[in-house]
Amino acid sequence: MLTGKLAQLDGDYDVVVVGGGPAGMAAALGAREVGANRVLILDRDREAGGILLQCIHPGFGLHHFGEELTGPEYAQRFLSEVCDKGIDVLTDAYAADIDLDKRVKVMSGRFGVRIISGSAVVLAMGARERTRGAIRTPGTRPAGVMTAGLTQRIVNMLGYLPGKRVAILGSGDIGLIMARRLTLEGVEVVGVYEIMPYPNGLNRNIVQCLNDFDIPLHLSTTVVNIHGRDRVEKVTVAPVDASLKPDLTRCSDVACDTLMLSIGLIPENELSRHLNLRFDPATGGPFVTSAMETSIDGVFACGNVVHIHDLVDFVTQESLLAGQGAGLYATGHRKPADNIRLIPGDNVASCVPHTISSDRDHTLYLRVKKPLDMSTIRLGEVYEKKLRYVFPAETLTVTVRPRFLENFHGNSLRIDVQPREPA
Amino acid sequence: MQYDVAIIGGGITGSALAYELMRYRLNVTLLEKATEVGFGTSKSNSGVIHAGHHAPPNTLKGQLEWEGNQLWDKLADELGFGFKRIGELTVALDASQIPVLEELERQGKERGVSGLEIWDQPRIRREEPNLNPNILAALYAPTTGVTNPYEVCFALVENAIRNGLVVQCDTTVSAITKEGGCITLHTGHGEVRSRFVINAAGLFADQIAEMAGVPAFRISPRRGEEYLLDKRLAGLIERVIFPCPTPASKGILVIPTCDGTIMVGPTADPVDDKRDVSTTFAGAAEIFAAVNRLVPGISERDCIAEFAGLRAVADTEDFIIGASPLKGFINVAGIQSPGLTAAPAIARKVVRILGDEGLDLIPNETYIPNAPKPIHFSGLPTDEQILLCQRDPRYSQIVCRCECVGEGEIVDAIRRGARTLDGVKLRTRAGMGRCQGGFCTWRVMQLLARELNLPMTTLTKHGDGSWLICDREDAPCSPGS
Ligand SMILES: Cc1cc2nc3c(=O)[nH]c(=O)nc-3n(C[C@H](O)[C@H](O)[C@H](O)COP(=O)(O)OP(=O)(O)OC[C@H]3O[C@@H](n4cnc5c(N)ncnc54)[C@H](O)[C@@H]3O)c2cc1C
Ligand SMILES: Cc1cc2nc3c(=O)[nH]c(=O)nc-3n(C[C@H](O)[C@H](O)[C@H](O)COP(=O)(O)OP(=O)(O)OC[C@H]3O[C@@H](n4cnc5c(N)ncnc54)[C@H](O)[C@@H]3O)c2cc1C
Repeated sequence: MLTGKLAQLDGDYDVVVVGGGPAGMAAALGAREVGANRVLILDRDREAGGILLQCIHPGFGLHHFGEELTGPEYAQRFLSEVCDKGIDVLTDAYAADIDLDKRVKVMSGRFGVRIISGSAVVLAMGARERTRGAIRTPGTRPAGVMTAGLTQRIVNMLGYLPGKRVAILGSGDIGLIMARRLTLEGVEVVGVYEIMPYPNGLNRNIVQCLNDFDIPLHLSTTVVNIHGRDRVEKVTVAPVDASLKPDLTRCSDVACDTLMLSIGLIPENELSRHLNLRFDPATGGPFVTSAMETSIDGVFACGNVVHIHDLVDFVTQESLLAGQGAGLYATGHRKPADNIRLIPGDNVASCVPHTISSDRDHTLYLRVKKPLDMSTIRLGEVYEKKLRYVFPAETLTVTVRPRFLENFHGNSLRIDVQPREPA
Repeated sequence: MQYDVAIIGGGITGSALAYELMRYRLNVTLLEKATEVGFGTSKSNSGVIHAGHHAPPNTLKGQLEWEGNQLWDKLADELGFGFKRIGELTVALDASQIPVLEELERQGKERGVSGLEIWDQPRIRREEPNLNPNILAALYAPTTGVTNPYEVCFALVENAIRNGLVVQCDTTVSAITKEGGCITLHTGHGEVRSRFVINAAGLFADQIAEMAGVPAFRISPRRGEEYLLDKRLAGLIERVIFPCPTPASKGILVIPTCDGTIMVGPTADPVDDKRDVSTTFAGAAEIFAAVNRLVPGISERDCIAEFAGLRAVADTEDFIIGASPLKGFINVAGIQSPGLTAAPAIARKVVRILGDEGLDLIPNETYIPNAPKPIHFSGLPTDEQILLCQRDPRYSQIVCRCECVGEGEIVDAIRRGARTLDGVKLRTRAGMGRCQGGFCTWRVMQLLARELNLPMTTLTKHGDGSWLICDREDAPCSPGS
């Protein structure tokens, strides 16, 4: 069991971390590293580990540990370290509210309802899945329409199957991984239907989860109707045109008893909204500085709450920074404020962090709007790098070093990803 | 066992009648083919308690709408379900519609509907700043309320059970015969004999009348789609907004629901199939176009859930309430909109009819008028939450993260009668939030399995064949672990 230790719950901490996924655990470790003594992790699930607990496939930790781990293994390494460092972990504890004085209202089966305050707070609540309502698929509302994450719970943690014949809408990574998992469990996966002309998951998952198992991927296709009164009986699929409008004259029916949705994640910021942080509509998460501090002093954020990550190693890296920022804030040793704002330009959908400082190294995480072969990424006039290809589903990372910025005196930097003539 | 009254159909009509009948010393049973009461049309509607002036005069609908409206405060107070009188505005977008509002006002005043007022533009802007600024005038009616119709069905039946009602769910009436002074209802679970039978079978009331050998009307389904919007929009408008009605329809509404979110709908489309509760592209397009003329800030992107319900429209377009040629068999049919509003009045009317038909109505001295109010933890002030959890920490053991519903509330719902995932959802809101059960479904299932002592694989979404998960032969986990 990935449960941490907590003998008693105090009213005050140096750093309170909301969310015990990889982001929250790394943040807690980061805070401890820079001298925060009393650090508390809260998680509403029964165990810490977040989404990793249900990801029993390998593929985690290649960057951070240099070896391939499963999700629970990756989580356990962090949790062990969290326990060794004397960080308090309270699970089955739901952070219901938070105010500007950084007081968190916690509901827990063990301690009832309590108010806990932190000198600094780290928001690490992860993400939730987009649902059928978000895409308004018409039809009936039978049992058997479920998100990929829920399916993953049911199969990997509870030991049941979602159905016998599954169609998958959307090609997000969770869906692709579940296509493979379900096939291995003896379920028939009839196909993956993706509305965009390109897949929405990592290339390695398309290869390892679909191609290797002969599961067909239908691009530019969507589900336009769900049939069945009590349980899903079939779905109707149709091709879409360039403006993503389905062509209802070319429908076909696919018999299945389950429709699994893998249509994207949304940063889980319900709690953060109580604080009225500044949000970035492009990421769905808060604006953050290079120390992962939000627009409110002493409130930090990291992981999927800020933007959706495709690799947990990036989550870890970013969250260590957030934790360090929070720890330094709590102990009164903040770093100098950022002096450069980053502006997403051509073909850049989003960029995190939103500001940087010219005196340190920074890793930027970018998402592009559309795929491009042979392109160049430019940071204003100061830096450029050639790329073989870019893809909306894959995060681009760029490391900015102080020496790039030596001759730069502005206060905002534009980032573009532009096509380049083949050499 | 022979009953005095058997009610076929556990929708709002049958439930309200059962509740009303338990005031008397009677043996009453309610037969419902679904797994839980309220799962028919009564859970899929707009949840509006109409002000009392919409239904045309000289109809049964018109009389019972206003009479029903006035009964809701006491009912909500005694039974503890959510109900708020938030008022409504019927708006005019062009000058030709103003006389229609005036006519509605006159019609309402004649009927005795209180508080009707025509508002001018400045008043509308002050009270509802997010409405389309081009709205010229509006008829304000303070008597409009909103409720959660399924909660009402549950509360009515729970109270009736406390007073002796026998509820038989998963029980479909498939034939009706008459022997001596008694009517026999044939069901998959055996026969039910009763002196009086109430046909409150909603969409299927025509089939029930036919089974009784007294076919006199036909019921056609008219579908209405509804779309629920994200909590983000809570507070955008304060009152129910009606467009100016046309002879054909009350139109598409913007409804601030009892839970504080916004819902838009319904459409009105005749369909062939009495079970066709599907939503459509066309319906969504129609609703969002219509609603944008009323409240420009509403977007399709904010939709978190959608559903459809079927109105049971009789060929007369009016309620059919009364005795039939078969002695003891009473129809309560064609209960289309405003059936929810009218239900408490319908129930009283049916009790009077039963009395006229020879049923002895002796008051029940041990009658309990109220019911223990369900706890809605997230709505309590913090200090009350703290106290409650000191007594029972399961309330602060949160299961549904979007709606902040704890294990305590879910166990309560199951003890009060929830048998399915939807039953828990409709009683507690677990799974109704923006993640739509993505996180809590499996935990609710575990609680259902534990409390009902059932294997996980036998649990359903809403009964029948709506199974949720199936077995893997080598499933390592035991049910409910
Ligand atoms: C199916 C799938 C497959 C993946 N595969 C890989 C892979 O092969 N390799 C890889 O590197 N990465 C992979 N990832 C990505 C990686 O796992 C995620 O990016 C990472 O888990 C995000 O971490 P997080 O801590 O931000 O969020 P989460 O893991 O979602 O953790 C958030 C935590 O916060 C808690 N929480 C939320 N709100 C509250 C509240 N109000 N109160 C208390 N607690 C709260 C939640 O219970 C949860 O435990 C995969 C992800 C998925 C979903
Ligand atoms: C989209 C929409 C919006 C609406 N909005 C409003 C509104 O805002 N305000 C308002 O006042 N009204 C509204 N209405 C109308 C209102 O919903 C109905 O008038 C009301 O729900 C009818 O209740 P009922 O009990 O008669 O029918 P139902 O709820 O359909 O109940 C009938 C029951 O009988 C059962 N049954 C059927 N056949 C058998 C059988 N053979 N054996 C056993 N049981 C059987 C069914 O399972 C069902 O549960 C709306 C309706 C719709 C469709």
